[in-house]
Order: sequence, then C-alpha cells, then structure tokens
Amino acid sequence: MAILGLPEEEYFACGHRACAGCGAAIAMRIITKAAGKNSILIEPTGCIEVVSTPYPETAWKLPWIHGAFENPASIASGICAALKAMGKDDEINVVAFGGDGSTYDIGFGHISGAFERGDNFSYICYDNEAYMNTGIQRSGATPYGAATTTSPAGKVSIGKEIWKKDLVHILAYHGSPYVATASIGYLTDAYRKIKKAIETKGPTFVNLLATCPTGWRTPTEKSVEIAKLAVETGAYPLYEIIDGKHVINRPKDVSNLKPLEDYLKIQGRFRHLFRPEKNEEAINFIRERLKNNLERLIECSEKGL
Amino acid sequence: MTKQIMEASHAIAEAVKMVKPAVIAAYPITPQTHIVERLSDFVADGELDGEYIRVESEFGAISACLGASATGTRTYTATCSQGLALMNEVLFIVSGMRLPVCMTVVNRALSAPISIWNDHQDSISARDVGWIQMYAETSQECYDLTLMQFKISEDHRVLTPSMVCLDGFTLSHVYEPVDIPEQKGVDDFLPEYKPYHAVLDPEQPMTLGPIGFPSEYMEIRKSQIDAIENSLKVIEEVYNEFSDSFPVGIKRARPERYFHVEEYKTEDAEIVFIAMGSVCGTIKVAVDELRERGGKVGLLKLITYRPFPRQAIKEALKGVKKVAVLEKAVSPGADGPIYCELSSLFYDDTDKPELRDFIIGIGGRDVTFDRIKKIYDMIKEGKGGKQEWVF
Repeated sequence: MAILGLPEEEYFACGHRACAGCGAAIAMRIITKAAGKNSILIEPTGCIEVVSTPYPETAWKLPWIHGAFENPASIASGICAALKAMGKDDEINVVAFGGDGSTYDIGFGHISGAFERGDNFSYICYDNEAYMNTGIQRSGATPYGAATTTSPAGKVSIGKEIWKKDLVHILAYHGSPYVATASIGYLTDAYRKIKKAIETKGPTFVNLLATCPTGWRTPTEKSVEIAKLAVETGAYPLYEIIDGKHVINRPKDVSNLKPLEDYLKIQGRFRHLFRPEKNEEAINFIRERLKNNLERLIECSEKGL
Repeated sequence: MTKQIMEASHAIAEAVKMVKPAVIAAYPITPQTHIVERLSDFVADGELDGEYIRVESEFGAISACLGASATGTRTYTATCSQGLALMNEVLFIVSGMRLPVCMTVVNRALSAPISIWNDHQDSISARDVGWIQMYAETSQECYDLTLMQFKISEDHRVLTPSMVCLDGFTLSHVYEPVDIPEQKGVDDFLPEYKPYHAVLDPEQPMTLGPIGFPSEYMEIRKSQIDAIENSLKVIEEVYNEFSDSFPVGIKRARPERYFHVEEYKTEDAEIVFIAMGSVCGTIKVAVDELRERGGKVGLLKLITYRPFPRQAIKEALKGVKKVAVLEKAVSPGADGPIYCELSSLFYDDTDKPELRDFIIGIGGRDVTFDRIKKIYDMIKEGKGGKQEWVF
C-alpha cells in the first residue's frame, strides 16, 4: 500500500546494519524511491556505505558504486560522460549522495568542479551534522554550539564555536538550476524535492537533514520528531532556490516559531547549554542568528530574489 | 603505415585517438600538457568522438575515469609527478575494482624542491598500487605501448589498469620519426570495447566497491595479485601479436619484436647496464663506443616493470659477470628500487652477477655519454660503493 503517496517499491532493502533510529537510513529510502529503477547511485565512504554493503551482502537493489571518501561527484561526472557516450544519458538518472563530512569538507572541491562543468546529476547530502562513521567528530556542517568528540564542550568551550557552512547557497551560486533543503521529518516534501532535483537537467543539490541518535545523543524513537523540530524552531528552515530564486517552504513566519530550547534540550550534543544552569547568552546568540537567517530567506522568497 | 616526424606526446595522443576511448578525463600538468592539448584539438575538430571531461584536479581525473570505466566504457587519462601523487589513493581503488583504466605517466621529479624535469620517482613510488607499468624509450614505443596497454588491461584474464611511462621533456617533447598504422589495422588489433567486469547497469544492478571485512578482504586481494602476476603471459601474447601485426617500419625506433626486456649487445657481454626509458638511447650509443674500444658490454632495457619480468631478466643476464643498475628513483633509507628487486631475484643463485647501483638523472640532471663511461669504468675497476650517485 502506498504511504503518503510515495512509491511502494523499496530499493534500499531492510536488513542493513544501520543503528536503531538512523535518520540516514530513512533518507536512503526516500532518495531511492525518488530516483526509481533507472538510476545509478554513487556514494562516498561513510556510515551508509559501511552498513549497506558488507561483502558479499548488499542492501542495494539499484546499481551502486563506492570509490573513496572525497570523490562521489567526480565518479558521477565519469558516469554521466560514459552514459552520454553510450547514448543512455537521457534514460538513466545519476544520483550521488554523501554524508556531510564528504559533502561539506573533503569532497567539496570535486562537487564544485562538477557543478561548474554543469554535469547532469543530482547530489543529495544526508546531513547528520558530524563525522558519525568515525565517532562523532565535527564537520563543516556541525552547527554552532554542538559538542562533538573533536569539538567537546569544556570549561572554556561551548562546543563548536563556528557557524555551519552555507553549502546550499554556495552551490546555488555555482549556477545550479535547483538546490533545496529538506528534512526526514517531512517525508513528502523531501521526496518531492529530491524528485525535482533528479528531473531538473544539470547539477542539482538537496541538503537532507538526517537525525543521528548515536551522534546527537537522542532517543532512537524520536528521530523523525526531532527532524521536524529542527524546522519548526527555525534551526533548519526548508527552502528551495529555483533558477536562482528563493522559495521558502517552512517556517514562513519568524514570530510563530516553536521555542529553540525544545530542539536543543532533547539532544545530548547541546546538553551543556543547559547544565549546570542554562547558558542564556549562548542560546540567545544562536536564536538571534537563526532568526536573522530565516528573515533573510523569507525576504528573498517574498521579493522573488 | 604512414611515417611522420612527431613529438612523443603527439604520438601518444594519436594512439589514444585511434583506440577510440569513450571517456577521457584529464587535468593539465607539465610536462604532460602536450598530450591533453592535442587530444583537446582532436575533440574540437570532431576527430575524436568520446567525451572529454576537463576535471578540477588529478584526483577528479582518476575518479571520473573510475566512474566511466565502471559504467563499461574504454577510459583514458594522463598525468605525472604531483598529479600522480595526488591520484594515489584512487589508483589502489581502480586496480582493486579491476577496472581497465589506461594512463600515460610523463615521468617528472617530485617536490620539494619543486622540479618540472625528469626522473622516475613518480611512477616508481606508484609501483605497488596494482597497475601494470611499461616504460618507453622512443616516440615509436610511446605510440606502440599505448595501443598495447588497452589490449592488455582490457583482457578478461587481466582486468588491471596500466600505465605507459615516458620521460618528461627528454622524450615527451622530442620529435622523432614514428610509423602510424592505418585505422583499420588498429581496429583489427583492438576491437570495440566489451566489458568483462561488473558494470553499473539498471537492467542488472550490481554493488561495486563494497566494504570487505577481514573474513573476505584477504582472498579478494590475493585474486587481484594473481591477476597481475598472470598478466605477464598476456602481455607477452600482446607484444607478439603487435610485433606480427605491425612490422618494424623505422630502424631502431623500437625492438624488432617486443618482449618484457630488450637486449642490446648482451650476447657476449661481461658487463651489462640495466635501465628504463629514454636514457637507454644514450646507453646504446655508449655501448657501441665502448665496444669499439674493446669493452664487452651491453644493455638490458626493461619495458615491462610491473609485473616484474623475473624470468626474462634472469635469462637475459645468464653468464653476465657484472651488472650496473642505472636508476632514476630512490627509496630513501634503503637500496635503489630496481637494485633491490634484482638482488632478490638472484639471492638463491650460487652463480650470480655482481650487482652495483647507480643513481642517475635525478630531477632532470643530464645523463651524458661521459657519465655512462664513468659508470662503466667504476664497475669494471671495482671502484666505489654498492650505491653511487652519479651527479
């Protein structure tokens, strides 16, 4: 039976070895449903590569390739070129997806190269905001104030004291016809955006927020709920940039957000902001900056920028 | 056949055009540039049908080749030095996935200090990445080995990527006469590419590049090592087929028949030089002159370096008293790479030649007749240490 109007076919088989409550595993189901049968998938080294392909087993019902940590975009370029040479480029989707470590950091230059060339593929980042596979180290996507094993909270530190890289806009400014943010908290929205990214010709990008109970130190049964809270509190707004123009999806009103504390408090990675007493200064700083970011996105959307 | 005066780089580009790769991905680096520029010209003039990806780095180049080859197409790239070093991680992955990617390495020294000039440190440092390596002495050999590398790598018994190596500037930028066969002859020698390996195809979904646990990894590695060992026989077959299909047109532009090694006046030689690449031309002239002065001397040129042609080398050196290894690469803190392998080759023998190691031509230092003569005198008179740097 089709749920939420999504295709019934599953291309990411159950029996993979992901942790309980893994947001990335949910992301894989959405990505593959949106991609469909005629697709080639490329993935860098990372959690999902490890949990889905213990040789000789595989969770993939679609052609899938893993090369190294930093090169899924370049492998995708090679596949696009080969399909073009074979005259099959119109019938097969090329979909790369990596975690935020590969996407924001080590593989960033290669994504930039492929986007500059205008190669016809989609890149989906399953963003769990740290290097989870190696044991929760900070990445360029780790949010301000989050504690990781390489940005721990301590006597003189509140965790990562650098803001998350705005990769979505960086790729939009490469001239991509479609970039968007999505969350596993909003399955149909994420499905629609990934499908749109795949159907749009040229290099396209979707940043898909995927809860990691192990790394975020959250209850495994609350992965979807937390991914929703990220949006509802304004910590992670959902928007699209279509041919350079912003479209805000949600939230659309900065005065009607859920309290940021609801999102932070439930996560162990932000626990230090509430112990031994609440760090009002840090939380206010985060709230203010998130609000400004959302206001800018709403303004761009309203003005057709 | 048409005889043309060609730069070695252009001879390689010509060969690449004639094997009709579906995908080329390359990044410019001196002194490889003349190859990729000429290939760009072919694409711009519609003479080369394949897709040419102008990647953002050598890491991108080899990764794009990985993707294209895994999709089931004939794939080519070229690089050298820093570029090859940057590719290093992916070189292992391409060979481990048994993808027959073909590459030209225009040998250049490694930084620091930065040098654009020739030695063999780049490809010798990549000897353990699981790629076949062949070294060219002349422009003709560059052309020939480029044609042959595709046939070797793509053979279903091999499925191992390959590098054809040539010396930067001292060969890559040198004009020599080259015999270019007709396209029909090349097509007959190397038919259209049909992949024998797993490919990315939605009609038959396969998982490529999975994680190998300790319970599986070792067997997979062993099968890869067996394939490159077994490729010696296939390389020999291809050398033979090539030599039969394309008879020598230009005297001394290449061996009469290709083999893993080329013997030059070794038959009665008491002292034999061993070397790879363009310096062999200089050594041949030196051998001629030394022989005129009564020296019983010859040259053993290595064409195949990986897999290491143990048997061929051993047979060629039978009865030779002294061997001077001339190498353009070092293994810091240990003996020279080729010297080590020869020492190991003769270790169990009672009747073995005296081996001496001479480090030459590092960072583009000229290797002149005088230096070859100096080496000859040293080994003849037993002067100097086990390893000598010939500055």
